[in-house]
Amino acid sequence: MTSLYDEVAPTPAADVPTRRITLNVNGEDRTVDVEPRLLLAHLIRQGLKMTGTHTGCDTTNCGACTILFEGRPIKSCTMLAVQADGHNIETVEGMASASELHPIQEGFKEEHGLHCGFCTPGMMLAAKALLAENPDPTEDEIRWALSGNLCRCTGYQNIVKSVLWAAKKMRAESN
Amino acid sequence: MYPSRFGYEAPKTVEEAIAILDAHGGEAKILAGGQSLVPMMKLRFASPEMLVDLNTIAGLDFHRVDADGSIHIGALCRHEDLEKSEVIKKSQPTIAAAASLVADPIVRARGTFVGSVCHADPQGDWAAALTALGGHIVAQGPKGTRDIAMKDFVIGPFQNTLAFNEIAIEAVIPAPKGIARGGYLKLERRVGDFATASVAVSLDMVGDTVARAGIALAGVGGRTIDATAAASVLNGKKLTAENISLAAAAVAAAAEPRTDHRGSADYKRQIVKTFVERILTGLATPSQKAA
Amino acid sequence: MALDEIKIGGLGASRRRVEDNRFIRGKGNYVDDIVLPGMLHMELLRSPVAHARIKSIDVSAAWEVPGVRLVLTGEMMAARNLAWMPTLSYDTQAVLATDKVRFQGQEVAAVIADDPYIAKDACQRIVVEYEQLPAIVNPLQAMAAGAEVIRDDKENQEGNKVFDWEIGDKSATDKAFADADVISKMECHYPRSHPSPMETCGSIADYNRATGKLTVYMTSQAPHIVRAAVAMVAELPEHMIRIVSPDLGGGFGNKVPIYPGYVVSILASILLECPVKWIEDKTGNLISTGFGRDVYLQGELALRKDGKILGMRMKTISDHGAFYADAQPSKFKIGLMHSTFAAYDIPAAHLFSTGYYTNKAPGGVAYRCSFRVTEAMFFQERMIHGAANDLGMDQAEFRRMNLVKDDMFPYRTAFGFLTDSGQYGKCLDIGMKAIGYDTFQAEKAEARKRGKLLGLGISTMTEPLGAGNSREYDILGIKMFDSAELRIHMSGKGILRTGAMNQGQGHQTTWAQIVAHELGIPAEDITVEEGDTDTAPFGMGTYASRSTPVAGAAVAMVARKVRAKARKIAAHLLEVSEEDIEWELGRFYVRSNKERGVTIQDCAMAAYSNLPDGMEPGLENNAYYDPPNLTWPFAAYFVKVEVDPETGVWDVLKVVAVDDCGVRINPMVVEGQIMGGLTEAYAMSSMQYQTYDEEGNCIGSNYMDYLLPTAWETPGFELYEVVTPCPHHPIGAKGVGECATVAGPAAFVNAVVDAVGHTGVRNIDMPMMPNRVYEALQTGKDISGMPPVKMGD
Repeated sequence: MTSLYDEVAPTPAADVPTRRITLNVNGEDRTVDVEPRLLLAHLIRQGLKMTGTHTGCDTTNCGACTILFEGRPIKSCTMLAVQADGHNIETVEGMASASELHPIQEGFKEEHGLHCGFCTPGMMLAAKALLAENPDPTEDEIRWALSGNLCRCTGYQNIVKSVLWAAKKMRAESN
Repeated sequence: MYPSRFGYEAPKTVEEAIAILDAHGGEAKILAGGQSLVPMMKLRFASPEMLVDLNTIAGLDFHRVDADGSIHIGALCRHEDLEKSEVIKKSQPTIAAAASLVADPIVRARGTFVGSVCHADPQGDWAAALTALGGHIVAQGPKGTRDIAMKDFVIGPFQNTLAFNEIAIEAVIPAPKGIARGGYLKLERRVGDFATASVAVSLDMVGDTVARAGIALAGVGGRTIDATAAASVLNGKKLTAENISLAAAAVAAAAEPRTDHRGSADYKRQIVKTFVERILTGLATPSQKAA
Repeated sequence: MALDEIKIGGLGASRRRVEDNRFIRGKGNYVDDIVLPGMLHMELLRSPVAHARIKSIDVSAAWEVPGVRLVLTGEMMAARNLAWMPTLSYDTQAVLATDKVRFQGQEVAAVIADDPYIAKDACQRIVVEYEQLPAIVNPLQAMAAGAEVIRDDKENQEGNKVFDWEIGDKSATDKAFADADVISKMECHYPRSHPSPMETCGSIADYNRATGKLTVYMTSQAPHIVRAAVAMVAELPEHMIRIVSPDLGGGFGNKVPIYPGYVVSILASILLECPVKWIEDKTGNLISTGFGRDVYLQGELALRKDGKILGMRMKTISDHGAFYADAQPSKFKIGLMHSTFAAYDIPAAHLFSTGYYTNKAPGGVAYRCSFRVTEAMFFQERMIHGAANDLGMDQAEFRRMNLVKDDMFPYRTAFGFLTDSGQYGKCLDIGMKAIGYDTFQAEKAEARKRGKLLGLGISTMTEPLGAGNSREYDILGIKMFDSAELRIHMSGKGILRTGAMNQGQGHQTTWAQIVAHELGIPAEDITVEEGDTDTAPFGMGTYASRSTPVAGAAVAMVARKVRAKARKIAAHLLEVSEEDIEWELGRFYVRSNKERGVTIQDCAMAAYSNLPDGMEPGLENNAYYDPPNLTWPFAAYFVKVEVDPETGVWDVLKVVAVDDCGVRINPMVVEGQIMGGLTEAYAMSSMQYQTYDEEGNCIGSNYMDYLLPTAWETPGFELYEVVTPCPHHPIGAKGVGECATVAGPAAFVNAVVDAVGHTGVRNIDMPMMPNRVYEALQTGKDISGMPPVKMGD
């Protein structure tokens, strides 16, 4: 977050207190000043300029903004950015390495687990949390674990297949 | 999607948190899991002046069974902690049955048991479960702690009896008089839906006999319905088909449902009756069922 | 040697999707992801009440919020002649309200500020004084004597009626009823539903004073229509308007209409001379943008004792909300409602339709539906179900007897449509086998002993897709063709642009497969672009399952034009005359010597480097395709459910879907579309709807009340295919995007009604929530879902 200069806004928003926080995003420490009311999802999208995390609803239902917070899936629209101070988060941008996709990403492509792609990052991270705990889930366990994430396009059947595909590959890799 | 401005404090101790609440004289709100409060703030149905975040206080994320059999759930124990808890599975069937039906899996990873009870949503699962269990809330304020029984805690829709400068630091489920049995059923139209009707049942069993029956309902009244008085027809009885129907009818009569787009008042009462019967029948031992 | 078409990703290849590469990395580019330098943010203030006169609007407190750059009201829009805008159905719609608000959620004012939090703060400080009027939430109230006139802004508008319209042969139909042995009746309400893509609507308007050019990034399924409309409304010349639809987070028809938010953001950008972003919140999307359905359906079938249908008559009363803003391109007032019974051989039919204004959001045909086809097919299959029962006939056999037979094509329906191909009986057979039709009655009796009620529902239909031929279809006078431009680079790789607009269907992947099929160029060598009106050819966009039938045909046609030129180049390269050249996939060869040939890539290189004398260089072309007729895919769906009689809860045990959508470009994508559609069918039948209370408050204004099924409730699907190529489409495809949303709901309803049919119940209005099913079982009466919803007790 360095710049050569910062322009002073001509009409500074009156007396808005901000807090300086440091959070680790996909393995990298980031320090930002935020207003307490800023939602974590908005910090990620606008402040950190990682737009893979989407905001789909106002009511904590859709799960398009799902990220991993200390490894657990959370809806980042329902957490304040200040609450991430000192914590690790992972977004979809952190899933693939420079050279390789994560098996879950591969699974979604192989099994046609997405159409419009809007719910996909949240779905994949929810799936990642599931597979970390349960490397060999049944179809029902996958459906249950993903029931906090809405998809409007696919009908879910191929999402389930995508996760099964990834689970199989991850088990093979760990053996 | 965009909350109003508010102040934010992240205290390190409960005492510090209480002092902040005290200083704001009722304009501050406690933030624990935030899975009800933050959505309300995003819709601007709630616009608190100050948020006091409990998440930075160490030592509140516990749940444990004490030697006397009582269960203690700390203010930062998440729904998911209970859902995945081996000790809960072993010792507290009502909580175990309800844990996976609260909200959705992602919300369960963040939302808290105690926060949900304090939120006092008439459709809330945990307030009903804790009421059926005859539990209480441990409230800490400037002058120390006090216990508030669930029947005195939830007094209306989204209303509890905490003073503005008190924090619910723990929920306590008393030790059962005998073996704890129980169940939880919820009619929801899809995962994450609020309850059209739900029924929490807690029985303390001594042999085949009910030593204490606690039943509470969600979604069928302006607040959590404590149907323990109605359930008391089971006290000292066995779970025979006849006693089960008596209890189901009494509990259904205690419901105070309203007609709305989720169904008529009569329908919701029917669901209560059916769920009470189903839970109790499931708990009856084969010999009782035969009787 | 000829290429293996599947290997190069041609027709029939389940090619993995190109667009996935960005989406799975979180690198999609949706409107809200775009950030322009100096961009401001807009929020809308919406009416909290359904019907009220605006007495005053005080925006002074909003201006005082630091960071606010502009506050706009209807009065300020009116000063620029922008308070009202035309709709796609030749009505007008308020942009920002001036006189009255006519539905809950109507746009009243807008604030533009440095960030959206500040804009929202300022919106809250606008004070609007409303004088409330009675709210009208269904057509019965709208037509009542003395009802408040909602559209008092319109001259000569007396009541709340929008239109009366009829079609069919009334006297022939009356005669069929006079001759009937049995008359079977059905009545129901198809509830209001919202397409609700995961991504809401939004725009970034960027007006550049220096160049005079307006660029709008927006969520549109039809960017060229938007450009035409903006040119009309804003009085800007077309070449000074650039509409860009980037990645869309779903559409389902919701992103076809033009919404006030877009228009206000454009004006704000012009006034402020900087980019203005507007991203709707979910509530705004659900309560103000294009919905689907909301139609009352009454119908009768004239039947002969042996099961033959002699005639059909039907009446529809549609609820259009506060403005008649149906996004539909036909000259028929109620869209393609008269495609009902197109799969059945019925001699006489008549339809009478009436539309009404109500104090609800405007719209009406959008939602994964080819212009009211969803209601038409739903009601058809509900009537068929009722009629078979009335005759005491088997559901499948009654359908088989009356469906159009394979040898009857081309078949002219009673309402005048021409269906061209199909194997309806074969689809029925496959589905019956897969669902276990023969053993179902035994299974049902067995379940009854366990206290459970089993039901089996069938839905069969053909629907008209691919609007449409220029004789009958247009939007704002523009004909419903579509277009493609193909440029082959000298390396033999190329770029294809079309006038369609992907929103999850996978055009980037599948259009290239058509090119691969026509030219033998591997699909991976073709880039596909859509959505930018400065670069894409003029097209009418993607909705009504029209991409493959129309734009897809244009892709095939432009590839053939390119091939025709390549053929001339090949003749030159092979030094033979064009007549002596043969084509096999990817290669021209000399007829007399198959070994002597040139590849399409050789021709591409020659087009830039070695041309016959007099030939224009380059290898590119365009095609505008005006479809000769609609396309008619067929579907036969079977659903098996189990009802719990003590709670009314029903579970889906099995879903079998047999689809004949003609030739499948990419089977994987086709099946994805079918499963997505089946899920929406399940959603509408079980939980997803919008209703209203007596005051006009929308129930279903966010995802806590507007229920979309999750992975947990959604059933699994078994899919089967039959392929009857479309005789007039260049590659034989018929379109598939909406078949399952259209035909699906009736299969679910028929199944549940079958399960509870022993009580005498003939209909349960969707969504069949457990309380409705329970009430039906208890009372044995039909269950109506008409608003206003009853509250209290």
